[in-house]
Amino acid sequence: MTETREVVRIEGVHKYFGDQHVLRGIDMTIGQGEVSVVIGPSGSGKSTLLRCVNMLETATAGRIYVDGELMGYVEKHGRLHHLPVREIARQRRNIGMVFQRFNLFGHKTAMENVMEAPIQVKGQPRAVARARALELLDRVGLSERANHYPAQLSGGQQQRVAIARALAMDPELMLFDEPTSALDPELVGDVLNVMKDLARDGMTMMVVTHEIGFAREVGDTLTFMDGGVVVESGPPREVIANPQQERTRAFLGKVL
Amino acid sequence: MRSSTLPARGQGAPEPIDAVPVRHPGRWAGAAVILLFLGLFIQSLATNPNFRWDVVWLYLRDARVIEGVGWTLLLTALSMVLAITLAILLAFMRQSDNPIFRWSSWTWVWFFRGTPVYTQLVFWGLLAVLYPKISLGVPFGPELFAFNTQDVVNAFWAAVLGLGLNESAYLAEIFRAGLKSVDKGQIEAAEALGMRSRKIMWRIVLPQAMRVIVPPTGNETIGMLKTTSLVLAVPFTLDLTFQTNALANRTYLPIPLLIVAAIWYLVITSILMVGQHYIEKHYGRGVDNVSGARGPVINPAAAKAAAGGHSPPELPGGATAVEGEYLEESGR
Ligand SMILES: Nc1ncnc2c1ncn2[C@@H]1O[C@H](COP(=O)(O)OP(=O)(O)O)[C@@H](O)[C@H]1O
Ligand SMILES: [Mg+2]
Repeated sequence: MTETREVVRIEGVHKYFGDQHVLRGIDMTIGQGEVSVVIGPSGSGKSTLLRCVNMLETATAGRIYVDGELMGYVEKHGRLHHLPVREIARQRRNIGMVFQRFNLFGHKTAMENVMEAPIQVKGQPRAVARARALELLDRVGLSERANHYPAQLSGGQQQRVAIARALAMDPELMLFDEPTSALDPELVGDVLNVMKDLARDGMTMMVVTHEIGFAREVGDTLTFMDGGVVVESGPPREVIANPQQERTRAFLGKVL
Repeated sequence: MRSSTLPARGQGAPEPIDAVPVRHPGRWAGAAVILLFLGLFIQSLATNPNFRWDVVWLYLRDARVIEGVGWTLLLTALSMVLAITLAILLAFMRQSDNPIFRWSSWTWVWFFRGTPVYTQLVFWGLLAVLYPKISLGVPFGPELFAFNTQDVVNAFWAAVLGLGLNESAYLAEIFRAGLKSVDKGQIEAAEALGMRSRKIMWRIVLPQAMRVIVPPTGNETIGMLKTTSLVLAVPFTLDLTFQTNALANRTYLPIPLLIVAAIWYLVITSILMVGQHYIEKHYGRGVDNVSGARGPVINPAAAKAAAGGHSPPELPGGATAVEGEYLEESGR
């Protein structure tokens, strides 16, 4: 793979929750079309890092650039100024996010879930949003369930609708926070297949997961985090086959 | 899993269990007692001449009574509209990042919930005495506009204000609980899609909060219908209770006129209950209307594909079939 444009650039990011130092200086870059997989024990700060990228959390220190644009701030006369909420919303449109608990809108059907943001945020005409939603639901294998409510769908189906919903905004970057952790084992494969297709189509992805097989198969980079720092990072096959750090080896020994 | 020891039962359906049901003699005795008292009660209604059903029937259709029904309905509707509008505002303010908003909302609820509605109604009736002229302007600065209190806040509007402001405090708490009941994950999902907070509130949070909000609000509306009988404190003297009381005093027939009022209140309450049913159904979308679908999905294609084993998600029908039987509860 040739070196390409940077989509994500994370520079020296720290995050405190009160006194708790959750992220302790994270640096990371993700090039266009790359799949960056993040693993690590529970509580190591993976979700927090992901949520800092789309400003669901605000980093205490450091900078995050998406598509070359500084997230959350604008630099004027050598000082950072907070962006108004309108601008933060605009920046987020470019970034899709898939959550562990799906978080579908419970009062809307699968179709309506996918159509909501294109209509409400982008101002797309209903008919256009509808056609696109059908196309996306078809892509995740759920066109027949378009008129089902989330409560009528299995976890795996809900997660695939959630992916379609994020894709409907045509994001430059997709963030996945343990997308298969809440699923029954037999439903994990369907969601991973959709994600693999997405990776193959050239989507830039940052994926927090415990699915080491997925990391090995489609990941371009595997990053192991522990205690709020990046312990080790590199090509997935190398990291998995030959971890350089003791902590990485211990963790992989548990999940493999 | 099939057990090999199961005797073959020919083809066709299994033989249903045929067992003697448990007897419930207590239920029968209880029902008999209730029916006995009901019979005695109906007998007394029919035979006791003091009920004066002829008078009831006469005044049930009396123009003054019907007018009273009209005013009562108008008072109920307007004060509920005022209360709901204020309650939404108060609930939003209570969730705000702005401490002044939160504090104002809390204080409002504290005051209006903490004083008797009767007292508040008397107060609004006396507003013109307290403030003969109301003007709006900068404190200690220029006046922007002014009006005579009596011209604008007449007895009717004083009643609406009194009832509406008091009710807003109760509804604000109901709305607050409703807003809090909506899963925070959905709000984050909407934020991640680039939706702004006002859109998220109106399109994601409120519609789902309504499921929690509507039943107690229906309750409050029915309560309000009857609280309107207190407006004589203002004094406003055209509502149903005041009218029937006045007629009772004039005719010296209190019992039949009480019955007239009760019948009308019951009729309106029944209509409100029907309305509430449909509103509840509307806002139950995605939850109440899908409970039946939580079992295995009945889908002939599913059964066929399931028999064929696992299908990859590239085949929508197959994936549907395999997962149709694993319907998790939604994460709420
Ligand atoms: N909103 C929050 N407030 C306070 N502490 C938090 C919050 N979110 C996460 N944390 C804490 O930060 C640490 C890292 O959490 P998280 O990023 O969710 O880890 P991971 O996703 O790797 O399991 C945990 O100790 C967690 O308790
Ligand atoms: Mg996490």
